[in-house]
Amino acid sequence: MPDRVRVRAMMPPGHLRTPSYLRGKTGVIERELGPFPNPEQLAYRQPAGKQPLYRVRFTMGEIWGDAAERPEDTVDAEIYGHWLERL
Amino acid sequence: MPHDHHDHGTPHSHEGMSPSGHPYRADNDTALTYWQVMEIAMRELLIEKGVTTSAEVQAQIDVMDSRSPANGAAVIARAWTDPDFRQRLLENASDASREMGFDIGPLQLIAVENTADTHNVIVCTLCSCYPRNLLGLPPDWYKSRAYRSRLVKTPRAVLGEFGLNLPDSTTIRVHDSTADMRYIVLPARPAGTDDLTEEQLARLVTRDSMIGTGLPRTPE
Repeated sequence: MPDRVRVRAMMPPGHLRTPSYLRGKTGVIERELGPFPNPEQLAYRQPAGKQPLYRVRFTMGEIWGDAAERPEDTVDAEIYGHWLERL
Repeated sequence: MPHDHHDHGTPHSHEGMSPSGHPYRADNDTALTYWQVMEIAMRELLIEKGVTTSAEVQAQIDVMDSRSPANGAAVIARAWTDPDFRQRLLENASDASREMGFDIGPLQLIAVENTADTHNVIVCTLCSCYPRNLLGLPPDWYKSRAYRSRLVKTPRAVLGEFGLNLPDSTTIRVHDSTADMRYIVLPARPAGTDDLTEEQLARLVTRDSMIGTGLPRTPE
């Protein structure tokens, strides 16, 4: 059973690599990618702590609800660990 | 629009048109933008201070221009003909590409495989991330807001506009390159290609089939 996670629905200012359309959405971890420098600090030349990066798979039904063309189709995206809460 | 003279319906002037009937393209006499000025200033300073040279800048441009979808096509054709390589490609596409001699740099590449019931397609909704080391420069539409915003919501409609209509029984997996990975689609080997060599197979692999907005050509 793959780990279920929810993307935090926060809207902080600055350079982010978490697309708005996935915030607050629930998916499953497709694979773990290892630690990567946090782009939110890297973008401003601040010392960037490493964050674990995950590929998370979302269904179109979860993202778009009734507007999905085919709810079982999926979007996979890379999301940093501090944006995810385990369910 | 170029047109034949015998089917003219309404009188109109060809003044300002080239002999082929197209308007002449205006010279770019407008002022440089802020960022163009900044790029030139930075480049000239780096050269003046001896950090780089014009020849080095040009050599790097040549490297970027020399990359083309033929690189990716060679990788795909190898995967179609060598099951062990295919396995290595799916496990670590960067290392598998390096094994073939391609300069991948620090790029972290993931290959996603099309199967009988799954079709993969790549996008970068946040900017324009693209596997340049294997495919060269991205097409303009890949960077357009329309492709980036629509593919994650209505991939079937978008693929239909590319002439690719997938049955409902096929699951579409969109891959949004949001962070440190880049993606390449490993398309399914076309039927009727059992007798082809690796080089012949590579010629069937189109750029769009590695983005996922198309399928490989079928042999003639």
